Amino acid sequence: MNGNYGWFLPVQASDFAPAMDRGIHIIHWAMGVIFVLWSVFFAYLLVRYRARDGHKPDRSHLPLSVSLAPDIAVLAFEVLLVVVYAVPSWNRMKRIPPSAEGSLQVEVRGEQFNWSVRYPGADGKFGKTEPRFVDFTNPFGVDEADPAGADDVVTVNELRFPVNERVLVRLTSKDVIHSFFIPEFRVKQDAVPGLAMPVWFTPTLEGDFELACAQLCGVGHAIMRADVKVTDRAAFDQWLAAKKNATLAAAPKAAVEQW
Amino acid sequence: MSEHAHAEPSFTERYVFSVDHKVIGLQYLVTSFVFLLLGFSMVLLMRWQLAFPGQPLPLIGRLLSASAAPGGVIGPEFYNQLGAMHGTIMVFLGIVPLGVGAFGNYVLPLQIGAPDMAFPRMNMMSYWLYLPGGLLMLSSFLLPGGAAQSGWTSYPPLSVINPGQTVWLLAMVLLITSSLLGSINFIVTTLNLRAPGMTLWRMPVFVWSQFVTAFLLLLAFPPLEAAAVLQLMDRVFHTSFYMPEGLIVGGQLASQWSGGGQSLLWQHLFWFLAHPEVYVLILPPMGICAEIISNNTRKPIFGYKEIVYAMMFLGTMSFVVWAHHMFVSGMSTTLSNFFLVTTMIISVPSVALLTCLILSLKGGAIRFTTPMLFALAFLPMFGIGGLTGLPLGLTVTDIYLHDTYYVIGHFHYVVVTGSLIALFAGTYFWFPKWFGRRMDDTLGKIHFWGTLAAMNGIFLPMFAIGLQGQSRRLYDPTAHLHNLIGQPLHVVSTVSAFVLMLFQIPVIYNFFYSMFRGEPTDSNPWKATTLDWQCPSPPPHGNFAKLPRVYRGPYEYSHPDHRDDWLPQDAEKAVAS
Amino acid sequence: MSAHAAVAAPYENTGVPDGKLAIWLFLASEVMLFGTLFTSYIVLRTAAASWPVGWEVLNVPLATLNTFFLIASSVTIVMAHAKASARDKAGFYRFMGLTVLLSLAFLVVKGFEYGHKFHEGHFPSTSIFYAVYFTTTGLHGLHIIGGVAWNLGLMWWAGRDGWDDRLFLGRVEYAGLYWHFVDIVWIFLFPALYLL
Repeated sequence: MNGNYGWFLPVQASDFAPAMDRGIHIIHWAMGVIFVLWSVFFAYLLVRYRARDGHKPDRSHLPLSVSLAPDIAVLAFEVLLVVVYAVPSWNRMKRIPPSAEGSLQVEVRGEQFNWSVRYPGADGKFGKTEPRFVDFTNPFGVDEADPAGADDVVTVNELRFPVNERVLVRLTSKDVIHSFFIPEFRVKQDAVPGLAMPVWFTPTLEGDFELACAQLCGVGHAIMRADVKVTDRAAFDQWLAAKKNATLAAAPKAAVEQW
Repeated sequence: MSEHAHAEPSFTERYVFSVDHKVIGLQYLVTSFVFLLLGFSMVLLMRWQLAFPGQPLPLIGRLLSASAAPGGVIGPEFYNQLGAMHGTIMVFLGIVPLGVGAFGNYVLPLQIGAPDMAFPRMNMMSYWLYLPGGLLMLSSFLLPGGAAQSGWTSYPPLSVINPGQTVWLLAMVLLITSSLLGSINFIVTTLNLRAPGMTLWRMPVFVWSQFVTAFLLLLAFPPLEAAAVLQLMDRVFHTSFYMPEGLIVGGQLASQWSGGGQSLLWQHLFWFLAHPEVYVLILPPMGICAEIISNNTRKPIFGYKEIVYAMMFLGTMSFVVWAHHMFVSGMSTTLSNFFLVTTMIISVPSVALLTCLILSLKGGAIRFTTPMLFALAFLPMFGIGGLTGLPLGLTVTDIYLHDTYYVIGHFHYVVVTGSLIALFAGTYFWFPKWFGRRMDDTLGKIHFWGTLAAMNGIFLPMFAIGLQGQSRRLYDPTAHLHNLIGQPLHVVSTVSAFVLMLFQIPVIYNFFYSMFRGEPTDSNPWKATTLDWQCPSPPPHGNFAKLPRVYRGPYEYSHPDHRDDWLPQDAEKAVAS
Repeated sequence: MSAHAAVAAPYENTGVPDGKLAIWLFLASEVMLFGTLFTSYIVLRTAAASWPVGWEVLNVPLATLNTFFLIASSVTIVMAHAKASARDKAGFYRFMGLTVLLSLAFLVVKGFEYGHKFHEGHFPSTSIFYAVYFTTTGLHGLHIIGGVAWNLGLMWWAGRDGWDDRLFLGRVEYAGLYWHFVDIVWIFLFPALYLL
């Protein structure tokens, strides 16, 4: 347990978090006000109109238009929410992906019960992949003959991002539906086999966060998680270089084993 | 064919393979309450694991098989089976059969003055498809491969590659067929078997709620049946309706499936049923509340026509909101905006219904009888359920809240503190009609307050847990760092769940005790106006000694020209004292 | 059948007999069932990487013959109903029998088609096209079998006490409505699978 988590929403660690939380706060305040007003009225009715000696029910009703007032109020509030908040924010968070240029591209692939992560390396290009190359040392099935793939960095259950840089994730799944959920970023997207879903966000806070699978994916669903670390650019580059060397060191060994 | 050809019906004809809607209704009642208890027991095992992950279950742990719960600790596979079966049982074998099969079957023909359902033998068949369907569903725990373990939503590809799913699908086909027969029966009965004078606009709200519900069942279930057939084909014959190309399962290319299918297709078909299903869960209970509230305020219900129109609108709209369950599923994000709008629209008739029910209280003389307490509790509790639906129906906030405990809290407020509470209300209300005796009031009130408090104790913490970002369907929430802070709330929820179980003892005892020893009542103990109270308790075969004639609407309470404060629908005219 | 039948008149009702209302409701649900299958077909086909041309892989002449069988059987079942209305028992037997024979002929031809496909090594698991083909025609075939059972049941009942039963004519009519529906489903399936 650390300072990132409290009794309400977790820490805001991406550019989407403030907008998301604003919506959640507004709606909950509105819900609270509606519920309290409603409950006071309800309690008043129960006390005022309780059956007792000498109390006769009054058969008349308020005019029908009175009952439409709450409907109209709720509808107006919702229209406002939709137009001012939901549609614009949805476009920004989900509907209109940013261009790949100027984004750090990452490929994330869910499988029972791990997250494999691939960074394109210095050339910014991912190597070609094919299902037939997939094995435990090569979770993406990177084609080793493809030069673009030579400097790809592959990690398992470990994600790093430089702070304040836009990330564009290409999200896929190997087997069943998983869901890419980083609560601190307020980002969630199902990873559907057969589809490649774009996910984007800009981490705004350095620290350690958590990627959790949010869609039931089998017996190991609960342990399917990954560490997310946001650092400054220098530390990120350092880490990527170290990872690349580790990958290169592992590669010949894998090749030998195949022989 | 005629009734008179038979001598006295045998025991089997009367109580087992009965064609009498009242016996079938009670069969549904008892069976669905048993299933509700079973589904509830399953979730108690899960709640223990959630509050105290890795701790052996006290007492019961040792009774479970070593493969399900090694050392008395529930295993993840067994946990997932319990989860899938809890959802399935509660929805398809508990609440729906209780609201529709039990209350609809018993009360609807009485309220419209019919001697029975339009097709009594088909009615019997509905029950005798429902029971085997339910037993088949349960038996899957004992079969090799175990019960289904892919959630009650059964998303492929997981559901296609996981064991246990085939039996689930077969049982669902039985249950779907059962409710299909039932819905045809309800619609025909309502349209063709109303007593003379019982025009559509004189039908009680409860009848309307069943009528709308029957259309939802009729039109929404076949798509699930088709979807289930496709999933069955994928499992048994390795077709690829839901299986895309190149799946790699456990490091192996899943070459049994040629690929070319789409996993999202299932989600669309499933929610096309399952969203109308939500209104199948909620409309009959709302109808029950309307009956009880009008009866216990001693005045006509507010906005009778508005209620009916709202129900029809709700029913129609429920067919075009399904994909709000799929905002982050990978579905077209442009389509999401369409479903966002329809979802906001459908909230309006729900608000209208609740407003009509609460405005009905104004000016009344409210009797706080046990059924009324439950019906009153329905209002704020369903209100919480409805309000918390708002951030889930809104695309943006749903990104964060989707599939978290917030969702669990939301729909349990709707279905448990909403539907189930109202169904309890109905049980206390119509019990005197079923058995000619009253349920004990003190036990009823203990049951009420205990149940209400415990239910809130279970579900209120879930909103906080969900806002903290905890996902549903986690075998061990403590495996994730961000879930640790919510753990004490899980304990509160679990303890409340066990308390809730304890508070069901009074109602079980009350039910069986009152059946034989309860205070005998006359045929109309609540002094109600609708036709169900104008026949003997319990009603004889054929219900009404003489075909009733209806002269007025259903809620003529405190009529100024009448000597009593209730004027039955079949009283020819008001009589001054 | 139902307890109220003898006193049906005094009830508030739609004027449509119970059975007819029920069969129309049942057909509405069937429309939803096959509608779902057709929708799935469209969704799967539009997204498929490749989809064979129906008439290159399936046997169009046999299917055309089958279409003829079904359309003919729709005519004969109407004739059976007309004969029953005219209280011509022999005529009813003749035309209902013909309906059943035509349906069986449909099933036999379908069986040949299936057998041929299996022989060629095409199974439901072969491709998404064959998955759709076998599932939709299979479900349709089950509906045909159901119809055959219903029609045979009517003939059997007519031979017992059914012919003079008040409900007999209605049930023949409902059988016809159902049969027309099954026919229409095939009219949609045939071009969707074989011609497009």
